[in-house]
Amino acid sequence: MTHFLRTIGRGTIGQLQELGNCGQFLAYALYSILRRPGRPVHILKQVNFIGTKSLFVIVLTAAFTGMVLGLQGYYTLTKFGSEGMLGTAVALSLIRELGPVLSALMVTGRAGSAITAEIGIMRISEQIDAMETMALDPYKYLISPKFIAAMISMPLLCGIFDVVGIYGGWVVGVKLLGVNPGAYFSEMYKSVEWKDVYSGFVKSYSFGIIIAWIGCYKGYYAGHGAEGVSKATTESVVLTSVLILVWDYFLTSVLL
Amino acid sequence: MIELINVHKSFGSQTVLNGLNLTIPVGKTTAVIGPSGEGKSVMLKHMIGLLQPDQGDVLVEGTSIVGLRRSQLNQVREKFAMVFQNAALFDSMTVYENVAFPLEEKTSLSRSEIEDRVAVALQEVGLKNVNHKYPDELSGGMKKRVGLARALLLQPQIVLFDEPTTGLDPVIRRAIHQLIKETQEKFGFTAVIVSHDIPDIFDVAHHIAMLYRGEILQFGTPSEIQTSEHPVVRQFISGSLDGPINSGVA
Repeated sequence: MTHFLRTIGRGTIGQLQELGNCGQFLAYALYSILRRPGRPVHILKQVNFIGTKSLFVIVLTAAFTGMVLGLQGYYTLTKFGSEGMLGTAVALSLIRELGPVLSALMVTGRAGSAITAEIGIMRISEQIDAMETMALDPYKYLISPKFIAAMISMPLLCGIFDVVGIYGGWVVGVKLLGVNPGAYFSEMYKSVEWKDVYSGFVKSYSFGIIIAWIGCYKGYYAGHGAEGVSKATTESVVLTSVLILVWDYFLTSVLL
Repeated sequence: MIELINVHKSFGSQTVLNGLNLTIPVGKTTAVIGPSGEGKSVMLKHMIGLLQPDQGDVLVEGTSIVGLRRSQLNQVREKFAMVFQNAALFDSMTVYENVAFPLEEKTSLSRSEIEDRVAVALQEVGLKNVNHKYPDELSGGMKKRVGLARALLLQPQIVLFDEPTTGLDPVIRRAIHQLIKETQEKFGFTAVIVSHDIPDIFDVAHHIAMLYRGEILQFGTPSEIQTSEHPVVRQFISGSLDGPINSGVA
């Protein structure tokens, strides 16, 4: 019985400690961005890695998401004789919800995992220790540029996702299923408000922070050897994805 | 001067340092020897604040570095350089970028001045035509030399070497030891070398400390250690399988 309680207690303390470390890491990373944002060239390199190199997967995902929304939306709306509202349905779904969330999940899979692996390998091969022994702050060189790049890239990728998705829905709705092209865009224009666009960008901005935060944290505290990095990478992707969905719910309930 | 006073360190249930006391003399080379897994690298990381002791104190020039904030610790680290066991070169940078990195980040030297200083540093460690190579294109010995060049570039007062010759062939090993000896004599820095290289290390170090079971068993000059009557020291130096040190081989 004592052994059982001790195990439970140790596990709980361990989890709380991990949570505290994770929060402290975020606080110090945000503080570092303000104090030591890193060199512009390092930030641009990361924008290229997180943003530009994610473009292909974002465009591909967005196109098919928009197309499936066009199909499903048309099928549902024809039941009510409102297929003219297809543009509105596609645009609002994408701008408010699917654009920020799906683009963040795609970037998590592509860049978040790579961030963890890169920092994790630097950790286990003592490259981060080497930086510290030179009295150089690893946050300035490794963490801050990734945070800033993710905060710049995510809203831009989300914007691209929205636009491509809307045209994906247009291809299916207008070109394949015969929805009136004027109605598709004019209804969208009438229904989509600035608040919808704004809330989508707020979401993608905060998702950018989550991706960089968990990706960097898991890599920075990766365990030993290749197995440690592999475990950290898996945990990073799973935790980031879950956090994005949970945070999305809370943010939606506030922004609605 | 570096002083470790009654330092204790455990990782989980495993005790690594168990009340370790050691004073490193200024301007001399001190080698720390001892069986594998006895905490030599852990001890070295305590000296530069990469690890914090569970108990005890670490003094650098009379000032405690335990519990310092990152910025305060960085001020202390300005005096240090460290050469890692696997060189710890930045693998996404070329040799030139690796060596130039501390200069670019910590000095206001012009590009041409940095180029000149990097060229001299690489020449001093006997490397030519490697500027554009990446660490994974270098041999083990070359990596160690690049690590040494990078460490010595900012002329530190204290240089820590974590097994600088592990995994090298005897000729390269002797060359690296010679290089450490020559550079220490030339620049006069305080050197701490963690090593297993018996008897080579006796030619390089002014003092030897034997670490065993988390404590310093004996500290003395190479000749004092070589003539030690302590059974653990004697067994370690002779490499004998019979004695108090458990080889771990059945």
